[in-house]
Amino acid sequence: MIRYITLRLLSLVLVVFGVTLVVFVLTSALPGDPATALLGPYATPERVVDLRRSLALDGSLPERYFAWLGHALSGDLGHSYSLGRPVLAIVLERLRPTALLAASALGLGTALGLTLGSLAAVRPGTLCDRALTFVSLVGVSTPAFWIAMVLMLVFGIELGLFPVSGMRRADVLDSSSLVTVVDIAHHLVLPATALGMVAAGVIARMTRAALVEVLSTDYVRLARASGAGESNVRYVYAFRAALSRVVPVIGLQAGFALGGAAYVETVFQWPGLGKLLVDAIAERDLLLVQGGVMLVAVLYVLVTFATDLVQRSIDPRVDA
Amino acid sequence: MHALHLTVGSLALAALSVLGLLTLAPERGQTSDSVLLVGLADEPSSLDPHVATASSDFQVATNVYEGLVRFGDDDLEPAPSLARRWTIQKDGKAYTFELEPGVEFHDGTPFDAEAVRFNFERMLDERHPYRHTGPFPLAFFFEHIERVVVVDELTVRLELDQPFAPLLSNLAYPTGFMVSPAAVRRSGKTFGRHPVGTGPFRFLRWDAGQRIVLSRYGEHHAKPAKARTLVFRPIADPMTRVAELSSGGIDLSPELPPDNTAWFRRTSGFSVHETPTPHLWFVIFNTRKPPFDDVRVRRAANLAVNKTAIVEHVLQHTATVAAGPVASAFGDHAGSVEPYPHDPEKARELLAAAGVAGHKLVLLAPQSGSGMLAPMEMATAIQADLGAVGLDVEVRSYEWNTYLAQVNAGLGEAHMAEMAWTTNDPDTLPYLALRSAAHPPHGFNSGWYANLMVDALLESARQKHQRVDRAKLYQRVQQLVHDDAPWLFVASSTQNLVARSNLGGIVVPPSFLIDLRRAYLR
Repeated sequence: MIRYITLRLLSLVLVVFGVTLVVFVLTSALPGDPATALLGPYATPERVVDLRRSLALDGSLPERYFAWLGHALSGDLGHSYSLGRPVLAIVLERLRPTALLAASALGLGTALGLTLGSLAAVRPGTLCDRALTFVSLVGVSTPAFWIAMVLMLVFGIELGLFPVSGMRRADVLDSSSLVTVVDIAHHLVLPATALGMVAAGVIARMTRAALVEVLSTDYVRLARASGAGESNVRYVYAFRAALSRVVPVIGLQAGFALGGAAYVETVFQWPGLGKLLVDAIAERDLLLVQGGVMLVAVLYVLVTFATDLVQRSIDPRVDA
Repeated sequence: MHALHLTVGSLALAALSVLGLLTLAPERGQTSDSVLLVGLADEPSSLDPHVATASSDFQVATNVYEGLVRFGDDDLEPAPSLARRWTIQKDGKAYTFELEPGVEFHDGTPFDAEAVRFNFERMLDERHPYRHTGPFPLAFFFEHIERVVVVDELTVRLELDQPFAPLLSNLAYPTGFMVSPAAVRRSGKTFGRHPVGTGPFRFLRWDAGQRIVLSRYGEHHAKPAKARTLVFRPIADPMTRVAELSSGGIDLSPELPPDNTAWFRRTSGFSVHETPTPHLWFVIFNTRKPPFDDVRVRRAANLAVNKTAIVEHVLQHTATVAAGPVASAFGDHAGSVEPYPHDPEKARELLAAAGVAGHKLVLLAPQSGSGMLAPMEMATAIQADLGAVGLDVEVRSYEWNTYLAQVNAGLGEAHMAEMAWTTNDPDTLPYLALRSAAHPPHGFNSGWYANLMVDALLESARQKHQRVDRAKLYQRVQQLVHDDAPWLFVASSTQNLVARSNLGGIVVPPSFLIDLRRAYLR
């Protein structure tokens, strides 16, 4: 187990190194750089050269990468060109809203997905099963940003039940922490639902398939034959076995939730990392892109890692 | 052993009940009288007006800062602001400003001649101790300032290395806003997050990605603002901005898409404020390369494109047809030149006379970009109109920054490129983009246009600081360039701002720097 964890942590270092290298090379290969983006329409080639020098962008690619890497190892991810602030402070500040959104979406998606999937699996072929399968198919095949717009239109504008966008009421300056929590939760409902629907669809389909298969295995028949109660068979023995196959899918969905957040964050003006990264790419803000992508990569690797550990604890058949 | 069964069920139940509970959370009612919520198209990147370059940065900065002079409410003529009056030396090489007495920055620092000196020297002097608080991308607006002389506490003189008539309008632009020297010293590189000026509103807080809050500065030297608090909310997606405006999440928003402006105009409860801005949307012709090296072909293209149709159908009346390089918002500087009419017949004649046939033309277009309106739809309309007179056009589109890097380097293989500028002085666009000395990499004359007469007129207009004299010269530039047709002149946009109709005191000036000191909720 210790060897396993060490290996995983080593792979984390490798992944992060690889990701930063790829991001650095790719963003540098884009035409235009922070200097042209900052100067906007006023960017003559002459002025770009001047500004590039004052931003220390005139070194060669390997030079700049290793300079960045050196600083990064000591915890300094540099200053954002477009925002003029330390990259680490910016990405950490934006990470919390994204983590909250992705976690709520995933929680909602998992709860819905497991429930719908199990309901469908225990009555395979019935009308209920078909209806649930259809609903999850719609969830899987509808893009999150479209769901986002429909939710906004119906629940935000027509019914006026939820705020249209943002994370907090913009007109309130000071409020108690309880009111703040309720306020954030109120703003979270629509974006989390939009993002969670896709995960719910995928998880429901996987749960159904796994559970149907497990329910037809010999050991389930044995359990029934030895007189175990039907709900015990279904929801304890079979569900646990099926869950070990669903957990990796939930882990994957966490990755999609982090990525898909960029669209949903843009539509709902959620102040998270995804939106920040999209803007940073348009601004050619190399260091900000670098820092943000690195953070997402680390998170993703950690989530997969955690998923593996959970899967192991549920299912002893998975090898160490 | 129903534990798991229960867990799954109760999870779903919990999710549902949370959904239900949350609908009971406090709803946003009417905002208290004096809190105005403003939607912005983008999150500002810096509120240091000397560092900022984007229009969203300026919308906020305009309420925090003031310059020595300001643009008028109805025109682009510089009027007194922090300077109560000024004199210009006869040769145009020195401007002496008499400052408003008793003005303090929001942090209590006195606004005086020394403060003015600090502001310009920080931008212009490479050895200035606070130079590292930059970069200052638009400092070249003031590159002709050679020395800032403190005459006495309330008198400051800007000495130039050559006469430069656009100086006053550049001073009225946000790059000329006055920042508190003490605050720059205190905040250093983070000054852009903790702005301190002399304007009608004081900076209160900035929640990244969410809002920027300003509050009324009670000790303002002129009249304090009416609203107590301004909250700027960056909402990047235009559809979300529209949704927030209709649901009451914001009270006003600039820069809405043309389709939605039309909807708000028809809907009660909203008022649409519009003003023609000094904006020009044009297509650069590559005058070095056939067929556009021939003036007849350039004129033919101007006649072939139905600009009125573009303005009416693509831009939904949010623009006017342009006649030449000087936007009509500059008033008498633009003269009375009429736009090229839509005359495909005449265009075909000109093309036949020039012997043009079978050219395959490349038109470069960005997918979107600052001031570019609807670049792809407009490219398609232009392509169709040019096709109708026998010019075969291929449109190639690029992401904005990629596009700028390519076009600003000068047109090579391509025949045409879309471009748009919003400027603050009739000098800026022609001087930077039409003179023969402004061929890349020295300027933005990407189509390699050259007319010695235009060069001479533009140089001499810079030396004239009498308004009437300048206007006459720009009128001649307008006529000459119209006739030479180095660009396809398409449109000047009208900027819009949509506000809830219970909002009063909204003034939308041609500079589109919206100062909300007079705004209030009824």
